[in-house]
Amino acid sequence: MSASSAAAYLTGERLRRGVQRRKVLDKVFVLIGLIVMLSCLAILAILFIDLVRDGAPRFGWDFFTNFASRRAERAGILAAWVGTSLIMLVTATCAVPVGVAAAIYLEEYAPKNWFSAIIEINVTNLAGVPSIVYGLLALGLFVYQFDLGQSIAAAGLTLALLILPIVIVATRESIRSVPNAIREAAYGLGATRWEVTKDHVLPYSTGGILTGMILGLSRAIGETAPIITIGALSFIAFLPQSPIQSEFPFVSFAWLTDPFTAMPIQMFNWVSRPDQAFQANAAAAGAILLGMTLIMNGLAIWIRYRFRKKINW
Amino acid sequence: MSSPATLVRASGLRYRKVRDRIIEALLLAAGLVAVFTTLAIVAILLYESSTFFAHVSIVDFLTDTLWTPLFADAHYGIAPLVAGTLTTTMVALIVAVPLGTTIAIYLSEFAAHQVRETVKPILELLGAVPTVVYGYFALTMVTPVLQWFMPDLPGFNMLSAGLVIGLMIVPYVSSVSEDAMRAVPRYMREGSYAMGATRLQTALRVVVPGAFSGLAAAFILGISRAVGETMVVAIAAGMQPNLTFDPRQPAATITAYIVQVSLGDLPHGSIGYQSIFAAGLVLMIITLIFNIIGFSLTRRFREAY
Repeated sequence: MSASSAAAYLTGERLRRGVQRRKVLDKVFVLIGLIVMLSCLAILAILFIDLVRDGAPRFGWDFFTNFASRRAERAGILAAWVGTSLIMLVTATCAVPVGVAAAIYLEEYAPKNWFSAIIEINVTNLAGVPSIVYGLLALGLFVYQFDLGQSIAAAGLTLALLILPIVIVATRESIRSVPNAIREAAYGLGATRWEVTKDHVLPYSTGGILTGMILGLSRAIGETAPIITIGALSFIAFLPQSPIQSEFPFVSFAWLTDPFTAMPIQMFNWVSRPDQAFQANAAAAGAILLGMTLIMNGLAIWIRYRFRKKINW
Repeated sequence: MSSPATLVRASGLRYRKVRDRIIEALLLAAGLVAVFTTLAIVAILLYESSTFFAHVSIVDFLTDTLWTPLFADAHYGIAPLVAGTLTTTMVALIVAVPLGTTIAIYLSEFAAHQVRETVKPILELLGAVPTVVYGYFALTMVTPVLQWFMPDLPGFNMLSAGLVIGLMIVPYVSSVSEDAMRAVPRYMREGSYAMGATRLQTALRVVVPGAFSGLAAAFILGISRAVGETMVVAIAAGMQPNLTFDPRQPAATITAYIVQVSLGDLPHGSIGYQSIFAAGLVLMIITLIFNIIGFSLTRRFREAY
């Protein structure tokens, strides 16, 4: 140790400099963290703005009321948005009751044994299965074994299975947040397990269930791969049969077996065309799709926030 | 002698108890849907693949370097598709792991409560964007930007697809890692502060090692997402099987191949139709392998508090 550095050591100069350097590093990290976070958010914004800008010339009433066409400027998304709406109807009708029921079973009824553990592990595993594998399942099972064909019903069921884990996990979380005292009070008054669940647990967990449902549907609405796998057609110039009839019995379920196309498939079809004119259509369809996803997610966040604020245990 | 009133009450009780049993059975049935889905996935993949492997020998499947099941001169070597999948996944991880971990450390150790609560849901939107939209983004925006720096870059390439997938899985990585870091007990941080460590030192030398098993789980989740990602690669990476680990090349992944076949009109039961199930089986096995690695890492590095 030279004389000067010994002096620096004795006066605490080196220590001070070390501390200073580490404090600067701290600040640098905060800066890096902020930059990384903000650039991720900025990319999200750029993505949306880019889509809206590219698709801007195509926004208009015609875009929503025209069928797909070989000429880009005449092509629209009528079949796609009708298809997507009907698929979402099937998906929600199947996934929400089954998902909520499964979650109630796991939280309120399931005994602690290997059997319940198996169900639980399955739900966790299903959440990690790639979405295209659900498409293969649906192709083998729904399309050919159950003979549903390449129909709206097959697509709706596929997406229902896909979002089932999302609905189950969200519902379980909100059921779990209901304090046990509420259950014990109801049991104390002689309620059966189902009465406790239906009258006390479920009303308190509505917020979480709604959030799970919306998040699940927002996932389903953008899923492309599984419904391509079951064989959605990308060029469809007709609508499924109307669910409402003018004659008795006024409702019809014939649309369930109709072929279909959907928003993400229409967009994929347009993106993969070499013709530049179709890119504007793809961007416009993408902007609508992304807008719908963002609105649904925003809604979910808002509902969660509202219910969290409203309930004071 | 029981009075009529008790009888009514008793029968009401019995009715309610029977109803409870029926409802419990229905709820259990709903829970079993998850089990049956898993069984059905495994059964369908194995069944259709078994007919595929009746035509194609497993040795060819694993060792051939060409994948051309739809050509007259058909080759069934899965290697090019696996290489494509691993390359895009690798690129995605190079983006997602540093970004996701940095965001997680920042949000867990540095950000104020209010900032965290606001930023997290917005960040999660990145994971909610439909993948087909990300595909458009990769093809029409990221690739042209990359071509400024690399003029030789082809229009379809794994690099832009991988980068965009990486961006997509940032929220998965960051959110799970952050939960893991916040589970590290406060007294460990306080001990570190008391020794004179700064926040960054505490984060890197106390919190990150303490939360390592959770971080491993987060990375595995990210890998699973990247391996199974379909639309981004189908749109931006081209759909030509290509045995290369160079991300600047176009190539098909396992998922892109399944999409490509599904877009065409293949007859049920043909070898092309069966080949997508064999590809799906390989995809599931790769996902499974990563999950097993993740599980053993998590077990090995778990810290009990």
